[in-house]
Amino acid sequence: MHIAEGFLPAGHALGWTVAAAPFVVHGARAVVKEVRDNPESTLLLGAAGAFTFVLSAIKLPSITGSSSHPTGTGPGAILFRPPVMALLGTVVLLFQALLLAHGGLTTLGANAFAFAVVGPWTGYLVYRLTRGAGAGLLPAVFAGVAMADLATYVTTSLQLALAFPDASTGFVGALVKFLGVFALTQIPLAIGEGILGVLLFRVLTVNARPELERLGVLRPAPLVPTGGAA
Amino acid sequence: MTRRTLVNALLVLAVVALFAVPLLVDGGASEYGGTDAAVTEELAAGGYEPWFESVFSPAGEVESGLFALQAALGGGVLGYVLGRLHGRRTARPSAAAADPR
Repeated sequence: MHIAEGFLPAGHALGWTVAAAPFVVHGARAVVKEVRDNPESTLLLGAAGAFTFVLSAIKLPSITGSSSHPTGTGPGAILFRPPVMALLGTVVLLFQALLLAHGGLTTLGANAFAFAVVGPWTGYLVYRLTRGAGAGLLPAVFAGVAMADLATYVTTSLQLALAFPDASTGFVGALVKFLGVFALTQIPLAIGEGILGVLLFRVLTVNARPELERLGVLRPAPLVPTGGAA
Repeated sequence: MTRRTLVNALLVLAVVALFAVPLLVDGGASEYGGTDAAVTEELAAGGYEPWFESVFSPAGEVESGLFALQAALGGGVLGYVLGRLHGRRTARPSAAAADPR
């Protein structure tokens, strides 16, 4: 989903930077507030950032014969709400833009908007809707994490179609073309990422139950009467 | 092996299969070029010239190394956190046994 350095017209690059900046600033405040108010969250925040760090570094082959990478922004959005991922995701993109020549500084705003804003928000909303519809935690995590991944790539396709509309078929034609490159390749990757998200939450529900209850991901277990010993 | 461990192992297997099976079926016919690069090449072929260059562009092998470093950093931190959380839980039963709630 990385739009390479210099590959957006200056006006678009500036526009997406302006669009993404408030989310990232708000996200930075959300992270600081979370760490200050709940220092015990730091470990899980680290896990959320690390998850997106490792997943976005791995390029995976897809059935379409091309390769792409997952995003890893879904679990953090589900655990800590999307603003936190606006910062953590942008840090990942900055690392890749500066050290890997992957993505870019001029396209950082557009990439952050797709990867760190739209992806996490979509994943979080899908997770909430799925849970609201009565699904259990893990099916909702699967849906949310997979859709965070897919939505990021759909957004990148939209951004490119806006900047490079097709000469004859216009914006829609260009969108179909870019979706053909990104979205199709991404479907199996999104499924794989959804499964990894489920694995992560299976481990967390066992080992980090108090944190998940405090974050509202799990309902506190009812107090079991233990014959007056409580 | 508990049922939970078994399900976790099967989930890992499912992820591996999801990416290994297409590779095996394909039999090396595809080049698996990156989608990011595919778009860049197409735009460049259409006459677009990037107006800004990357500040630092590592060459091939260095780049793969840095990607590996990124994955290692993420995997290391994730493993550290999960290990600590696991250790915290496994350390608790002994304490709980001495002091039941």
